[in-house]
Amino acid sequence: MSNTTSVLYDHPGPRARIRNRILTVVFGVAILALLWWIYRRFDEAGQWDGNLWRPFGETTTWTQFILSGLRATLFAAAAGMALSLAFGVVFSVGRLSDHWWIRIPCGAVVEFFRAVPLLLMIFFIFYAVPFLIKAPVSAFWAVVIGLTLYNGSVLAEAFRAGIRAVPRGQSEAAYALGMRKTLVMRHILVPQAARSMLPVIVSQLVVLLKDTALGYIVAYPELLQRGVNDLSANFGNVVAAAIVVALIYIVINSLLTLLAGWLGRQGQGPRAPKAGEATQPSAPSKAADEGAVATA
Amino acid sequence: MRITRVVAVAAAAALSFTVAACGGDDGDSSGGSSASGIIGKAESSKKLIIGVKSDQPGLGLQTGSTYEGFDVEIGKIIAKGLGVEESGIEWKTTTTPNREPFIQQGTVDLVVATYTINDERKQKISFAGPYYVAGQDLLVKADNTDITGPESLAGKKVCSVSGSTPAKRIQTDYPQAQLQLFDAYTKCLPLLENGQVDAVTTDDIILAGYAAQDQYAGKFKVVGKPFSSEPYGIGLKKEDAAGCKKINEILAAAAADGSYKAAWEKTLGKSGAPAPTLDTSKLTHCPA
Amino acid sequence: MDVFSDPRNLDATVSGFLWILKLTGASAVLALVLGVLLAAMRVSPIPVLRLFGAAWVNIFRNTPLTLIIFFCYFGLYSTLGLTLSEDLVRNIYWLGVVGLSTYTAAFVCEAVRSGINTVPPGQAEAARAIGLTFAQTLRIVVLPQAGRAVVAPLGSILIALCKNSTIVGTIGLMESSSVMKDLINSYGNAGILIFAVFAGVFALLLIPTGYFFGWLANRLAVRR
Repeated sequence: MSNTTSVLYDHPGPRARIRNRILTVVFGVAILALLWWIYRRFDEAGQWDGNLWRPFGETTTWTQFILSGLRATLFAAAAGMALSLAFGVVFSVGRLSDHWWIRIPCGAVVEFFRAVPLLLMIFFIFYAVPFLIKAPVSAFWAVVIGLTLYNGSVLAEAFRAGIRAVPRGQSEAAYALGMRKTLVMRHILVPQAARSMLPVIVSQLVVLLKDTALGYIVAYPELLQRGVNDLSANFGNVVAAAIVVALIYIVINSLLTLLAGWLGRQGQGPRAPKAGEATQPSAPSKAADEGAVATA
Repeated sequence: MRITRVVAVAAAAALSFTVAACGGDDGDSSGGSSASGIIGKAESSKKLIIGVKSDQPGLGLQTGSTYEGFDVEIGKIIAKGLGVEESGIEWKTTTTPNREPFIQQGTVDLVVATYTINDERKQKISFAGPYYVAGQDLLVKADNTDITGPESLAGKKVCSVSGSTPAKRIQTDYPQAQLQLFDAYTKCLPLLENGQVDAVTTDDIILAGYAAQDQYAGKFKVVGKPFSSEPYGIGLKKEDAAGCKKINEILAAAAADGSYKAAWEKTLGKSGAPAPTLDTSKLTHCPA
Repeated sequence: MDVFSDPRNLDATVSGFLWILKLTGASAVLALVLGVLLAAMRVSPIPVLRLFGAAWVNIFRNTPLTLIIFFCYFGLYSTLGLTLSEDLVRNIYWLGVVGLSTYTAAFVCEAVRSGINTVPPGQAEAARAIGLTFAQTLRIVVLPQAGRAVVAPLGSILIALCKNSTIVGTIGLMESSSVMKDLINSYGNAGILIFAVFAGVFALLLIPTGYFFGWLANRLAVRR
């Protein structure tokens, strides 16, 4: 694929090289100065005090607080991922149905759950749904169902964009072979869409993982609740604990993002993009671009 | 139409999960008779789920895999009185806003979590106890002299937990104070230390627990002029009058045989505070 | 069902949504400016700037917003002493805006960057051929065309931002989710109604916004 970002500027000549070097130094120094200042202020506020950080040298801190929280986070994220992928496939296909009585309700569900803040949804499922169904909803399921409804709806839209971006010839050829609509969807369209939308799907899964942090609102013992709230109740080190927990989130999500990038490159194998480029030059990549940020 | 179906499916999944998790809990539709209340459950399953706070040193603090504190000890006394071994207790973290829903929905059998008895809550649940009477107070820096009570809060920044009784009292009775609300008191303490809030307010006993933590030793003091009376009760299902009375009997017995005092000595008493006396004549909140 | 007939509850609800709108408005502007700047950095010839942009995106996009907002309060304000307003509530508001824009800018940056890639390389090459500098190429030729391609993703980001602004409630702003929480706690039996009202307002605000951006994107799309 050709890339505009790589042709935005000339190879620097002697003057440009000097200018770039000066800018590099100036900006680099500015950033280092800022980091130094932050470090100093944290120092003055006593945030590097050994007592605040000592708990992180003990195994019990890790096993009982951080790792147990991390396990709960990953557990909820895994369940949410599986369910929202299923939800996404079902509702994207539903929204593309030929029957209005399937298409419209599916559309309404997807639009509604994309518009309601997750925080409200989890809270509602946990506190109000039990009055409806006359049985308690555990914090785990409140988080997982909330994540599924929201992220599943976003994924449904991503799948739909992906399905529509599959070249017409593919489905026409399948129909010509005598396949029925369900079969065309299942064997031709959805697999190709899933492949072209892989980066989008994985970046949405990163969002899902981050959103498990909202589980604190129903006291689900996830990483934020255990690692920041409960840990700091024991040791009084709320800022230090938050820094450690943030680093863990960043590492895990970066790994997932790297995976997304790698899958994206794998997905651009010999077949799919060639076919796409021949008929509709920018359709799959455009759909992917739109989806890639339809998240947050 | 679709929405309800999705919710119903989700709910069914949730239901099957929780039922599986809770073992022999036979539901909540029949809370009226004594056999199916908390006494019945304790007898038949030898298990209890007790909700406690997880972030209040001295009262209910989750230290890794276990909980410790005065509330936890009270929970153990009651479980014992109902014939449930310590190993049969499942502790569950409750937060200030989710205590009533937890009881109403049967997520927990009992709540012992610095739970103030009041009429608004009595509409939804019933209270055994009180087993302790706290009072709202202020925590300030050790060298602070200008905050002497709630009247001196005008224009000051006060930190508390959203949805809690102390926060509501400041809002209605002392509206001139600026209120900073979080989801946990632990977040108020570094602010008090840095001077970004002037006081933290909640019940004196909770404040004392925080002030006594190693991390903050000597930095804070409790003003010592409680401006409310917060009788701590034990929350359970509204219909369960028999269970409520039984818990009151257990509390009275604990006061008589010294196990109440022992619970105090083991937890909050470690800071030297003398054990309170449990006034058995006040155990009158159970529904008729 | 007398939750919303009590004027105090109604006031709280309205002011909760006003906070959401104010948070969204201010953060949207800041995040857009910051995001475009970051995108320019990420495609610039200077390695330090590229590194800075990449670091920003990777750090803030991978941290839960709850934690970012938390750091704005406990890091920027409490520890670094950055006070944005003397009034307690205004201060929380602005700290929330900083957190939301920091987080959202990372997403805007990535949207703009992929938008730049939709502009055919020939455009940039032609711009260079007539002697435009990097800044001029970007400003006059590439970004205006990229802008059309990023309308749809920016719309999605705006909608996400509006919903995310409920998270500022964690540092004590009485925005709509905190109000809903309080109301459900006081009127448990009317939980369904309360949720319907709050979710309904969000849906009424955001579904049309989504369709508007879809329509706008179609209208502005460059036909190639």
